[in-house]
Amino acid sequence: MSPQDIELFAALARARAGLKVDPGKTYLLESRLNPLARREGFAGIPEMAAALRSQRDEKLIWAVVEALAQGETAFFRDRAPFTTFQRELLPTLARLRGQEPIRIWSCACASGQEAYSLAMIAEQGEGLPPGTKVEIYGSDLSERLLEKAQSGLYTQFEVQRGLPIRQLLAHFEKVEDNWRLTPRIRQRVRWRRVNLISDLTVMGRFDVIFCRNVLSAMEPPYRRRVLESLAALLPADGLLMLGAGEAAETITTAFRPVTGRPGLYVRNPAHRAAAA
Amino acid sequence: MKTCLVVDDSRVIRKVARRILEDLGFEIAEAADGMEALAWCRAAMPDAILLDWNMPLMNGIDFLRQLRLEPGGDHPKVVFCSVETDPERIREALDAGATEYIMKPFDGDIIEAKFAEAGVL
Repeated sequence: MSPQDIELFAALARARAGLKVDPGKTYLLESRLNPLARREGFAGIPEMAAALRSQRDEKLIWAVVEALAQGETAFFRDRAPFTTFQRELLPTLARLRGQEPIRIWSCACASGQEAYSLAMIAEQGEGLPPGTKVEIYGSDLSERLLEKAQSGLYTQFEVQRGLPIRQLLAHFEKVEDNWRLTPRIRQRVRWRRVNLISDLTVMGRFDVIFCRNVLSAMEPPYRRRVLESLAALLPADGLLMLGAGEAAETITTAFRPVTGRPGLYVRNPAHRAAAA
Repeated sequence: MKTCLVVDDSRVIRKVARRILEDLGFEIAEAADGMEALAWCRAAMPDAILLDWNMPLMNGIDFLRQLRLEPGGDHPKVVFCSVETDPERIREALDAGATEYIMKPFDGDIIEAKFAEAGVL
């Protein structure tokens, strides 16, 4: 890939989705863009870059951005955030909200494993009073990944990374060589395409937002914008779960960390007061 | 150092699994069938067992049922590792006392994830 082509793709990813593209990782760029170039009928990446320069093809631009945004994911990835969610956050919220639905958002869910992991926890209902309502939303920038998420169909390889075997037997059906989540779990999640640097107020209020390993893939100026947009969707006791190693407090005062729970943040009321 | 017994009639699979598990910090012993595995366990009960299903002399499920009856046989975390992917067969393995289950083929990520899930990492 030429430096000019890399800069073109990086500029598109930055402008459209706030994504950070490391120009040194050409192998990664090529592995993501080569399949797209072939799918779109180009001989290779240089030809696709030339087409992008010669005409403003919005569909192709977004296809490039989505390809560059593709994230790594797994069921119950990193485990600890899900344990915290199951044992502490969900039971506490159930007590506080009563009959009101608890709204959870997996805001960059890629092919859906995080949202479905949360749905499996909600379905198990451990420590939840009868009648607790949990609404789970999954969103991503990529239409292609959302289609896969909606299908609920995963390969044998995907269901063996992070998913305990008893959960697999309880919540999946075998379909030839793949595994599909049961309709009961699939119906628990609502899906929507969302660009996190766009206006998020249309999403409504949430009690917990999972935004793990998203900020680290964004350009620094956009990280603050996204965090403050997410803070505006949370009530005073709303919670944000970031990825391990992502520190909201170094980006904005909108959140403060929860002691002893890495990655977990609560909205900082002082921030909104200061903004007002 | 934790110990893991790798039980599989394929030398290649044992070699691949050994490399992965050694990288995860286990001391490895190998057995080519259930009978040999039982002899190992009676001599020194391992902390974990990676167990194939279809083997000569004594298969994995018969070995596991026998293991759980042995003194100290409830100690090892047993991760089945088999080409059997039918849910009923997997349930059979869990009912026999398996802690976790890997569907072949596997790689290092899957072994690590499943051993973590079994609580032995």
